[in-house]
Amino acid sequence: MMQLWRAAFVIARRDFTAVVLSRTFILFLLGPMLPILIGFAFGGLGDKISSTDLRPIVGVAMSAADAGALERAHDRLAQRMGDQSLPRLRTVPSAPAPRIQLARPDSEVVAILSGSLNRPVLTGKAEDLDKLQGDISLLSTAALTERTLKFVTVERQEVTTSLGAQAQARLLIGRVAQVVMFFLTILLAGMILSNLVEEKTNKIIEILAAAVPIDAIFLGKLMAMLAMSFVGIAFWGGTAFAIFLGLHGGGGPLPAPAVGWPLFLLLAVLYFAMAYTLLGSLFLGIGAQAATVREVQTLNMPITMAQMLIFFFASYAVDHMGSPAEVAACIFPFSSPFAMIARAAQDGAVWPHLVALVWQVSFVALIIRVGVLLFRRHVMQSGGSWWKRLFRPATR
Amino acid sequence: MIGDITASSPASIPAYAVEGHGLVKTFGSFRAVDGIDIAVPAGTIYGVLGPNGAGKTTLLRTLLGIIDPDEGHRTLLGEAQPLRMASQVGYLPEERGLYPSMKAYEAVAFMGALRGLPLAEGRKRAKAMLDAHGMGAAMDKPIRQLSKGMAQTVQLFGTIVHGPRLIVLDEPFSGLDAINQEKLEALIRQQARDGVTILFSTHVIAHADRLCERIAIVAGGRIRFEGTPGDARDRLRSQVRLRTRTSDGAWRRALPADTMAEEGTWHFALPDEGIEPLLRALIDGQAGIESLSIERPGLHDAFVAIAGEAAARQMQGDGTQEVQP
Repeated sequence: MMQLWRAAFVIARRDFTAVVLSRTFILFLLGPMLPILIGFAFGGLGDKISSTDLRPIVGVAMSAADAGALERAHDRLAQRMGDQSLPRLRTVPSAPAPRIQLARPDSEVVAILSGSLNRPVLTGKAEDLDKLQGDISLLSTAALTERTLKFVTVERQEVTTSLGAQAQARLLIGRVAQVVMFFLTILLAGMILSNLVEEKTNKIIEILAAAVPIDAIFLGKLMAMLAMSFVGIAFWGGTAFAIFLGLHGGGGPLPAPAVGWPLFLLLAVLYFAMAYTLLGSLFLGIGAQAATVREVQTLNMPITMAQMLIFFFASYAVDHMGSPAEVAACIFPFSSPFAMIARAAQDGAVWPHLVALVWQVSFVALIIRVGVLLFRRHVMQSGGSWWKRLFRPATR
Repeated sequence: MIGDITASSPASIPAYAVEGHGLVKTFGSFRAVDGIDIAVPAGTIYGVLGPNGAGKTTLLRTLLGIIDPDEGHRTLLGEAQPLRMASQVGYLPEERGLYPSMKAYEAVAFMGALRGLPLAEGRKRAKAMLDAHGMGAAMDKPIRQLSKGMAQTVQLFGTIVHGPRLIVLDEPFSGLDAINQEKLEALIRQQARDGVTILFSTHVIAHADRLCERIAIVAGGRIRFEGTPGDARDRLRSQVRLRTRTSDGAWRRALPADTMAEEGTWHFALPDEGIEPLLRALIDGQAGIESLSIERPGLHDAFVAIAGEAAARQMQGDGTQEVQP
């Protein structure tokens, strides 16, 4: 066993330094920053676009008293409901007839309100009338009750905690953790697919296979890529934290997950490592069978789709704590890390996490072993029935 | 040549560094190794000779545990699990492989580390070896910037940097120029003098002839001959070359039946009764002997005869064609 870990460490060290000390690693680190920068750039543009008032304008062709009452009612309701929820009003002449005014090329209004507050008439296209009819009815009613309408004052009774709000916050934490873990996994684990191609194309695999167990090669590659992922995550996480502090200056206290923040963060790291090694060992096993980079690229698409399915399964489970679906998501090895981190956010019990971690580690070992045996059988063309060797020592 | 790098001290020395019994390895329906028994005495230079596609590489890979045999068993330095002896074995595969971006000395140290040599010690030894071999200027260069010969030398150093007790070299001379071939031969002799067992495969007989104490000639996945190079030579009769002033006479009847004439020279295998009866007949028949030489066959002749015979037998037998897997 010591020989296996020693050899795995030698492989891991080589792979880790080869990746981290390469120039392309800087691009790898800066890669995720691009969407953030683009987000900032386009976010400013987006704000400008969203500040452009796109609310429909309704022309008011009523008496001055009615038009004034409508305008005041509009202002009162906008204060309570928000400006965006009501159409804009603009006074238009009462002649010519609304149909003629709407037919003018320079007309800016989508509909014209005529008649009186007691009997308002809205003229416009059918689809515009469908959208505006309710709002105009509300405005007219408010205008008619201008003198009698009073908003009731609501008394405030403040509490420090609300279980409903806490549950909502924990659900949100669980969801966010799942999404972050999923994106990091999908971003990083995919690279493992092509990991053994270098050794195969450069004929190094022969030297490695003669010197160390193939289990050690697989394990070492996983360790290296996981370590590289942690470097990336530390960099991105540190940057994100600095930006967060810069923007919010610490802000108020964040709602705590059920197991508390320290344990939750530790579990997040462990479950990411598990999600990564579970998918990574599978990818390594599949990628090891591929002879060329082209074959690996072909495999990328179905594997990404499978990852998406697993994520959807796990994210469905978040909303259904304790349901058979959630339990299944916790047991199924590939969705287990995602389901369990969501559970850590919502349920304070610690022992299920210990069980889950042991379960996930066992599956990593099993997947590596199967991948190794298939590699020996199909790539190295060695050995007989691979399943008979499944639980033999790794030295042969 | 390589400084203080010597074989690691053996815990116990088995009589045979490598043993294989009844080894069979098939790829689909092709039997690359077809029931081979082999025993490489410890401390010898042992050559596995054979034409291309004979099964040499598959045999070495099977003995090293890179692939498992379908039948039979093997031991490496007395251990049935070859990888348990990895720290005491060095292997140079036929298809050379190095990480192109790795520096030369790092590549040597990495290969040593794979076999248990601490990295710092490996780096120290690698620099010493490269320096001693006149490659000091190249030690910091990535492999991709080295010539093919230099890269092969780096890989060879990686094979021996940890001081193995057994070195297995698959076609080690291929791709090397004459000077580097000479250096490699010297290195092999040096290692053998230090008590290291050398097992190498080749299809270039001259190297085996100069280096090997014992050889196995492999053809069609089977060992067709095993013994010393002298034993192999002795399987062929010596060749007689005779040149006479006269071309005809009663003495012609004394020449063996398989005699061939070529540009006034008679060629034939040395008769079983020796050369004396023929000499007497030539003198009595006044053949006028201009020259007479008896040439002992070389290993090359023995190899061609043994391997060729095996190929002919195989073609006659099952008609299968040998392919390299």
